[in-house]
Amino acid sequence: MAKVSKSPWLLHYDASSCNGCDIEVLDCLTPKYDIERFGIINTGDPFQADILLITGGINSQTEPVVRQLYSQMPDPKVVVAVGICACTGGVFKECYNIKGGVDTVIPVDIYVPGCAARPEAIIDGVVKAVQLLDKKREEFLSQKHGKN
Amino acid sequence: MGLIPVLIGVPAVIAVLLSLIRSEKVRGIVVYAGAGGVMVLTLGLLFSWIQNGCEVQSLYVNTELVDHLMMIGEAFLMCLIVFLSIKHRKILPAILSVAQTGLLFYVELTADLPEAEHMTVDRLALLMCVIIAFVGGFICIYAVGYMKGYHHHHKEFKDRQPFFFSMLFLFLAAMFGLVLSLNLIWMYFFWEITSVISFLLIGYTRTEEAVHNSFAALWMNLLGGLGFAVGIGLAAFQLHSVQLTAVVEWGAPLPLACLCLAGLTKSAQLPFSSWLLGAMVAPTPSSALLHSATMVKAGVYLLIRLAPAMNGTIVGLMVSLIGGFTFIAASMMAIAQNDGKKVLAFSTVSNLGLIVACAGIGVEETVWGAVLLMIFHSVSKSMLFQSVGATENCLGSRDIEDMHGMLLRLPKLTYIMGIGIAGMYLAPFGMLISKWVALRAFVDSENVLLVIFIAFGSATTMFYWTKWLSKLISQHHARENVTDVTRRDEYLSMFIHAGCMLLLCLLFPFLSTGVVDPIMLELFGFAHSVLSMDVLNTMVIMLVSVVIVPLSMFFVSKAAHKQLVPIYMSGVNEGDNRYFVNSFGEPEHLYLSNWYLRYQFGMRRLMRPSIYCSAGILIVIFCLILGGAV
Amino acid sequence: MMQALSVIGYLVLAPLAGGLLDGLDRIISARMQRRKGPPLLQPFYDLGKLFSKQMIAVNNVQMLLNLSYLVFLAIAGSMLFAGKDILMCLFILSTADMFLIMAASSDSSPYANLGAGREMIQMMAYEPLTLLVAVGFYLSTGSFQVSDIMASPVSAVMYMPGMLLGFMFTAAIKFRKSPFDLSTSHHAHQEMVKGLTTEMSGPTLAIMNIAEYYEMILILGIFCLFILNENWWSWPLAIGVCLLTYFLEILWDNACARLKWKTLLYSCWFVTLLFGGVNLLILMLLK
Repeated sequence: MAKVSKSPWLLHYDASSCNGCDIEVLDCLTPKYDIERFGIINTGDPFQADILLITGGINSQTEPVVRQLYSQMPDPKVVVAVGICACTGGVFKECYNIKGGVDTVIPVDIYVPGCAARPEAIIDGVVKAVQLLDKKREEFLSQKHGKN
Repeated sequence: MGLIPVLIGVPAVIAVLLSLIRSEKVRGIVVYAGAGGVMVLTLGLLFSWIQNGCEVQSLYVNTELVDHLMMIGEAFLMCLIVFLSIKHRKILPAILSVAQTGLLFYVELTADLPEAEHMTVDRLALLMCVIIAFVGGFICIYAVGYMKGYHHHHKEFKDRQPFFFSMLFLFLAAMFGLVLSLNLIWMYFFWEITSVISFLLIGYTRTEEAVHNSFAALWMNLLGGLGFAVGIGLAAFQLHSVQLTAVVEWGAPLPLACLCLAGLTKSAQLPFSSWLLGAMVAPTPSSALLHSATMVKAGVYLLIRLAPAMNGTIVGLMVSLIGGFTFIAASMMAIAQNDGKKVLAFSTVSNLGLIVACAGIGVEETVWGAVLLMIFHSVSKSMLFQSVGATENCLGSRDIEDMHGMLLRLPKLTYIMGIGIAGMYLAPFGMLISKWVALRAFVDSENVLLVIFIAFGSATTMFYWTKWLSKLISQHHARENVTDVTRRDEYLSMFIHAGCMLLLCLLFPFLSTGVVDPIMLELFGFAHSVLSMDVLNTMVIMLVSVVIVPLSMFFVSKAAHKQLVPIYMSGVNEGDNRYFVNSFGEPEHLYLSNWYLRYQFGMRRLMRPSIYCSAGILIVIFCLILGGAV
Repeated sequence: MMQALSVIGYLVLAPLAGGLLDGLDRIISARMQRRKGPPLLQPFYDLGKLFSKQMIAVNNVQMLLNLSYLVFLAIAGSMLFAGKDILMCLFILSTADMFLIMAASSDSSPYANLGAGREMIQMMAYEPLTLLVAVGFYLSTGSFQVSDIMASPVSAVMYMPGMLLGFMFTAAIKFRKSPFDLSTSHHAHQEMVKGLTTEMSGPTLAIMNIAEYYEMILILGIFCLFILNENWWSWPLAIGVCLLTYFLEILWDNACARLKWKTLLYSCWFVTLLFGGVNLLILMLLK
């Protein structure tokens, strides 16, 4: 039984989004989509999260924050970029203050495009992230046991 | 038993010696020798008493010379108080002092009192002696180091150390006299000495605040002294005896109530609590001595002596209500304090309230709890006062807010403080057990109010200790390093206190069966074990687990491989855990404050109503007794 | 023998039962919100995942204090299930809680500190009533020993219905249910993040969760004590009352928003005085 896939907890961070994607992320929690049925919990806390969900492109203010949040998450962890801005920078890519997509700062595993990304797409991304988590977990465990 | 005059005499002689010594080094040696001597003498008294078969001994029937000397002493004290009162333009203490001394002289000269024993050696008195000698002695040793640091930090105060140490030792002498006296007139003499010395010690720094507080302490204690004198007068004219035991057997309400009034003022119960809170302006050793070892315990001691007479009477009701009310009111007010010594003062008042309530109920179980509470309270409170004093010398502040992360800055002092705090309220330590027994006994005595007081009071007690402890344990690296300037004398005293505390908890079953049960036998004439051995053993197992669980968990968690990361501050830490980026993009220092609930539990809000309430109880019950309703 | 069995049963089964109840709670809550909710075994999946995660921490003492919290809770529960003194059990329970507060404040971080402070307020709020409940048991059955209380001829609740109502009110604090879940929170996007568990991750959080399950069963055990008497039928009745109580707490959780600490403290103390105090007075007058 792959354990992480049964209880992936999310941390949702808005890097510089217009809030369109954020609303869609929160949509997933509503009775209609109910991501809790997959055991997913939207925690507010990097220490307890497995999946970092980022909306919006990275600007100079949010860059250190994203780095720090990422460093505070325990392994195994997966990063999901939600929305086109988070994937590439989107329409803001050339802005003076925008660094680009999330992958310019931390490694991104899953890209969910869209403006705004639809809840179905987000759930699909998260489910993919969950599968990836299982793989990462096995690697992590074998590494851990190899060390001992 | 020739040791008793020596036991009282030696500290008195040392007090005189110390007032003459100017050299710091010689003074240190004399204090060490004196404190050691007092301890050895107490042990000597204890062993000679054990060799004589552990029986209650009453001594000194013919003491005319000493009686006259005491009268001279009382007259001298009165003159001193009147002189100082006039000098500082305070009229109340002078009137009270003249009234009570005059009353007492009248009694001594006119009342027809048959010759009887003046002193007694029994278990309770010896227990008090041991507490006074050891806790008090070590406080004197602590003071040697502390006072050097104190005058190093506070250059604005005149260095009057010879006077200070002399008073400390005189205090010990008076306390020995007080607990060994059987005759109330003798006890009253020593009682007055302790009142006056506490007054002088509180005023040590001679600042305006110190003088004001010292006079507040003086008049309240003199009021109690007046009660004492009236009690003696009534006993002398109606009972024709001023023996403590006789008065207890007699049990007439009015003299009993008067003596209890004395006990209540001395143990700083509401409405007389403010003197003890004001006494915090004095240097720490004197607050430790006043609070833990001696002064306040004198009041409690008298009440415990009177306990058998109070069972089920209206006086007992008064004492237990005042005690229970003080317990909850003081523990609530302690929440709103951020000054370490103030918290300790309120906690002292509150714990004494519990002891007083126990004594007021006056059945065997409660008095058992009261005696144990007294033992544990002495040791752990004295330890706490000393560690707060030492911390103040290191940090330059005794504000609990400044103790944030002290575990990393002053580890040794923090451990001592932690043991003291844990001893005051945590599950397997002695204080809590005594509280447990007290609760059971309150239920048995069917006093709903007291049960509710103790239920709420223990919740508030838990709150203010826990928040202090959590402040200490924070893993926070402060900006500036501090050096531990605590001297060896201070550590010697504190480590021995901490060791004693742990030992007392470990040996709790023996303490209960070997020391406290026999005291009950003496006071009540019978004793059955209040707690079964089964429960006591569970306790010890618990205590061991409190030490062993975190210790073993320490190794478990050490074995776990972990990565240290910064704390969560919404991702805006500025490099370390001390700063974060504020909304202007600038680094801001992180400051974490405790909860004080000032508006809800502040002294300003609660002090007046509680004084009115308790004064109301006192006045109503005194009126009832005077009116002959009982 | 029965004692040992019951303690071992508690130590082994309490986390399981607690986890199942928690799973049930999440499903029922979801249904109340017209959602499907997670599977019943979700809490166990969560625990399994948490234990397999990397250990990260902000200091070296938090794990130690968390483990102590767990062990002391287990001791407190064992005392209850071994039929020992209930007052002692409650005192140890508060010592355990103290370790949790220490664990949170050792982080020296803003959110954990906030949570620790609120947890202290909560302790101050529920503590008086728990003591009064123990006293109530003593007055109605003549003993503080749990084994004696269970063997009394009449259920304790006949003498102390007020205390039961009051205890149901304050138990929401212990179950960390909504009007009173000030110190930690099950929901994201709150002013205090995760309260006192903010810096707990992976195995540390798992330990904290297991400890909470022990605590939950301990509190439900006290609810059982209200009902149990010497007759066999009191056992199913007691379990039924526990489940009903738990259901009511869930309902209340979903129907209420969180309160401020002042309202929490005052309302709990008021309920304590009204239900606990009056009930106590009547009990003493009856004696």
